[in-house]
Amino acid sequence: MRRRFSDSASRRVNDSTSQRVNESTIRRVSESANQRSAESLNRRFVLAESLIRRIAPWLGVSIFLGLFFFYPLTRILALSLDFSALTADNFTLTFYVLRFTFFQAFLSTLLTLLIGLPAAYLFARFDFRGKSLLRLLTAIPFMLPTVVVAAGFNALLGPRGWVNLGLMRLFGLESPPIVFVYTLWAILLAHVFYNTTIVIRVVGTALAHLDPRLEQAARLLGADARRAFWRVTLPLLRPPILAASLLVFLFDFTSFGVILLLGGPRFATLEVEIYVQAIQIFNLPLAAVLSFIQLLCTLAFSILYSRLVTRLAVTVAPRPAETNLRRARNWREKLCVGGMALLLLALFLLPMASLPLRSVAHLESARGERTAVSYGLTGDYYAELFVNRLGSLFYVPPFEALANSLIYAAVTVVLSLALGFPVASALARPGRLEHLLDPFLMLPLGASAVTLGLGFIITFNKPLITDHWSLITSPLLVPLAHTIIALPFVIRSLQPALASIPDRLRQAAASLGASPRRVWFTVDWPIVARATLAAAIFAFTVSLGEFGATSLVYRPEYPTLPIAIYRFLSQPGGLNYGQAMAMATILMGVCATGIFLIEHLRLPGAGEF
Amino acid sequence: MKRLLIPTFLLVCFLLSACGPKGPATLTVMTHDSFAVSADVVTAFEQTNNVKVTFIKSGDAGAALNKAILSKDAPLADIFYGVDNTFLSRALEAGIYEPYASPLLANIPAEFKLDPQNRALPVDYGDVCINYDKAYFTDHSLAVPQSLEELTRPEYKGLLVVENPATSSPGLAFLLATVKHFGADGYLDYWRALRANGVVIVDGWKTAYYTNFSASSGHGPQPMAISYASSPAAEVVYAETPLTESPTASILGPDTCFRQIEFVGILNGTKNRALAEKFVDFMLGVTFQEDMPLQMFMFPVNPEARLPEAFIQYAPAAEQPAALSPDLIAANRDQWIADWTEAVLR
Repeated sequence: MRRRFSDSASRRVNDSTSQRVNESTIRRVSESANQRSAESLNRRFVLAESLIRRIAPWLGVSIFLGLFFFYPLTRILALSLDFSALTADNFTLTFYVLRFTFFQAFLSTLLTLLIGLPAAYLFARFDFRGKSLLRLLTAIPFMLPTVVVAAGFNALLGPRGWVNLGLMRLFGLESPPIVFVYTLWAILLAHVFYNTTIVIRVVGTALAHLDPRLEQAARLLGADARRAFWRVTLPLLRPPILAASLLVFLFDFTSFGVILLLGGPRFATLEVEIYVQAIQIFNLPLAAVLSFIQLLCTLAFSILYSRLVTRLAVTVAPRPAETNLRRARNWREKLCVGGMALLLLALFLLPMASLPLRSVAHLESARGERTAVSYGLTGDYYAELFVNRLGSLFYVPPFEALANSLIYAAVTVVLSLALGFPVASALARPGRLEHLLDPFLMLPLGASAVTLGLGFIITFNKPLITDHWSLITSPLLVPLAHTIIALPFVIRSLQPALASIPDRLRQAAASLGASPRRVWFTVDWPIVARATLAAAIFAFTVSLGEFGATSLVYRPEYPTLPIAIYRFLSQPGGLNYGQAMAMATILMGVCATGIFLIEHLRLPGAGEF
Repeated sequence: MKRLLIPTFLLVCFLLSACGPKGPATLTVMTHDSFAVSADVVTAFEQTNNVKVTFIKSGDAGAALNKAILSKDAPLADIFYGVDNTFLSRALEAGIYEPYASPLLANIPAEFKLDPQNRALPVDYGDVCINYDKAYFTDHSLAVPQSLEELTRPEYKGLLVVENPATSSPGLAFLLATVKHFGADGYLDYWRALRANGVVIVDGWKTAYYTNFSASSGHGPQPMAISYASSPAAEVVYAETPLTESPTASILGPDTCFRQIEFVGILNGTKNRALAEKFVDFMLGVTFQEDMPLQMFMFPVNPEARLPEAFIQYAPAAEQPAALSPDLIAANRDQWIADWTEAVLR
């Protein structure tokens, strides 16, 4: 049952996605007799063909990442790296920054798994009222710009937040009892808030499709529920847990906005220090050394991950998600399900709720009476979004910002799926090439936006094709940058689903006379359809919420929603703040609608996987 | 099929951009995120000169400048606007600008003209000042502090929020004001005293103003924050309900404010020198200078430009702002920030 596919077997039937390739594979099997006779003649041709077949899925991604990621990155690093950065002072600085970066990333990842794994179990195994809504809620933070999240946490847990104000009133305290903002806890909680959805999606999907008969068999053989879970379910889940942990860890490792806005100036990760060195101090050699270290760490983790995951991978026929779903049976289960759901609701709803509330509420205090604040409902902020009060050239109507964001997101989804699908299917049947290239796919998560932005400038500033057209001044750069960030997510969500398809299903279908096309549509597609949707959701949310890279490459006439939010928050005034909250609410609404639509997309022929 | 998608997409984009009708000449202006201007003011310039003006915004002031420096061999633009006196030397040393002695410089007071070779020409200035929450001080019958020294008194304990000079431009400006006032050997003692008096340090202006400042919509805990002398006017212009009085004001004592001056210049190697000169003149001219205060909340350097009503009423400029020469700042900025970080954050 735990048989791993031998390399030769997997090599023979790799590339399950491309129909053409599949077709030739099947044809090769059926015509093997003819082939054998002509083998000596065809040997060279077959070798070349199989080489092409192995390389083909990597073409798109290699060209794309090579051109838009590795080339600009290499150029900026080559320009900046020199030995002047290797001083004792810089060494100490690097050591301290690196230590804190690791420390907070480890703690954050642990905490995220602590919340995320039970949550994934909850969503995969139990059916309860409001489940899809709760699931949607957990996905929204992922695309919220940090400035908005920081505002939300402050409204909840800040010195003047609801919790502190409530406690102060309740116990008659003089000063806020909870110190949250600018502590390590704020960083950790924000990271959990952001990244739990990764664990829920990646591990939850795998858990939902586990064959329940395995656990049932263990129970029949006398194992109690706990033992069956630890000895059967958990070992099967190790690859998705590792994949999720790696993604979460890399996100925390390169954290920027959360550290600055919620951790405060006492904390600095590598990414923060790179920004300070490259932009504020213009010490490019040191910034390059730090970027290089960050890239090396990312690569090291990715290699570690791919080593572990190939050792642990198990292929088990996936089952439709419904077969695993049930309602809570006894009071203990009900308590667990209810408690977990409530915890998630509190974690995700409370920090976010203040934004839509603030977008329709105005606080007014009478002159000289700061303590007596009157609340009132207002639609003014939304109405004001449509008014270009000062006739600014850079004013953008909300629907235009929305349209820009959606167009960029759509291009990102299409581009990252088109590039990610062939690679993910090659990775699902890994050969030597795949083992070699796999870790490099994760590197975009470890590159600092600042470094890459500067790399873009020196690489793409020359005019192309016409005198006035250079890539750096075209709006195309935004979805390209988003795709670079979304690709690792797309590949990591597709790969496990593609890898889970046992070949015997395809072989059975083929031997029963199904054409290769039919095999793909009846065997592969139902299983990968849902994973494709999950990948699309990742690409969609990454693109909608991305700010760091966008702010460095966008065209001012085509701002995205997060850019519009930042514009409002960079000038004083109640209306600006209110409009920022209104825009943030629109962004949350669009994201929720988008995720909802993608999740409920009825793909033709897709099974309930 | 899938792999054909991207090349096709790119090709369409190339073709779309290449096949456009041959229109008027284009002039490209590179600047930072905070740049703003009225649409009709730019349109008027475009029509008079038969030119299309394109703006490139490249992140905050520091990021935009560094990009201009890195791309100086193949400049992306004809004009770069937005370097201020704290970064001026970096721009001049890198040699990104061509000199241009605009005739309009004659009108501009000498205090703003920091580059004798006229590579960088002053456009606007703003005073980074301590803003205070009027209501808080009335409520608590507390006198508003009038000098930097008073901020270390116990009655103001924990009432001031300041931006980190390593990550924020107003934060750096306020640090420079204290360096000017207490001298390079005295400013750290002052900051240690401020630290003992509970000064709150945050990463940047957005957090300081919207999260920590009690007079903003964020209703934070500190009634004093480092912002601009023009912020009280912005509070009125962007008020939720029409106001006759600003909820905030600036402390305008000697050396409590630091004057930031922003510059424009023609990028070295431009192919549109004549048009670029016209655009620089346009930025120094009365139309742009009168439009700019309400767009960017900065003050015009051209004394002929009339200030908008909101500025006259709610945003007096500092009378004795702190100032340091750009060369002195360039030579010591990084060391001052490093020493400050050691003394205040560690």
